[in-house]
Amino acid sequence: MTVLFYASAAVATVASLLAVTRTQALHALLYLVLALFAVALCFLSLGAPFLAALEVIVYAGAIMVLILFVMMMLNLGPESWARERHLLPRHAWLVPAIMASALVLLTLFAVLSAPQQATQAASVGPKAVGVALFSTYLIGVELASVLLLVGLVGAYYLGAKK
Amino acid sequence: MTAQVTSAAVSMTAAVPTSHVLAVAAILIAIGTFGVLLRRNLIFMLMALEVALNGAALAFIGAAARWGTADGQVFVLFIMVMAAAEVAVGLALILQIYRRASTLDADVLDTLQG
Repeated sequence: MTVLFYASAAVATVASLLAVTRTQALHALLYLVLALFAVALCFLSLGAPFLAALEVIVYAGAIMVLILFVMMMLNLGPESWARERHLLPRHAWLVPAIMASALVLLTLFAVLSAPQQATQAASVGPKAVGVALFSTYLIGVELASVLLLVGLVGAYYLGAKK
Repeated sequence: MTAQVTSAAVSMTAAVPTSHVLAVAAILIAIGTFGVLLRRNLIFMLMALEVALNGAALAFIGAAARWGTADGQVFVLFIMVMAAAEVAVGLALILQIYRRASTLDADVLDTLQG
């Protein structure tokens, strides 16, 4: 499980990096799906099989297909790739790269200098998650359903042709 | 539900240290931030946000694995719900912006700047 975690973490990092730097939207989306699969494997190796399945079904499945549909509606062709390359000149990389690496270095320093604590090998299955979800966090489930309803109505209203 | 494993049992199994999980989560969040800062196309910025949200989800899973409880997993479920709602509304906004301005370049869409 340890090997699985480090391997999928490496894949997730590389795929995420490629996803945010590609100029072709579809390539970026496919790398993002790969990153999501890798993160799902990370979940699995950390003893969260239910969330790993949900990450694949909901995130890599539903949400990514939603983005794919919108990309198809936007008619992105070769001219959009050229425009996208034009939006990413060499000098534009510098400041975001410096800021992001400063962020990651500071966080890594803070996290890795803390006392080492091992994660527990026992996996927490769907039953335990369901029990916690519908007892302790029941109010959260209700709020989430309201949020989804608001998102649905909002997307319908904003997406309508006016 | 909160099956507490003793520290002896933890050290016996070669488990991933929590700090390494948090480190990967931090790297993913930094990549997402990098993407949002770098890209000027709204749809790419939305995708970079998804990367950052995944980093946050991984941090929660790492914490859940640290304590051996389901609470962290429940919060990842809420993150997914939030991401779904965010993507739905965000994509509807992107479609509407594209219909009105025929571009998704965030530098061109500066009407509110005054």
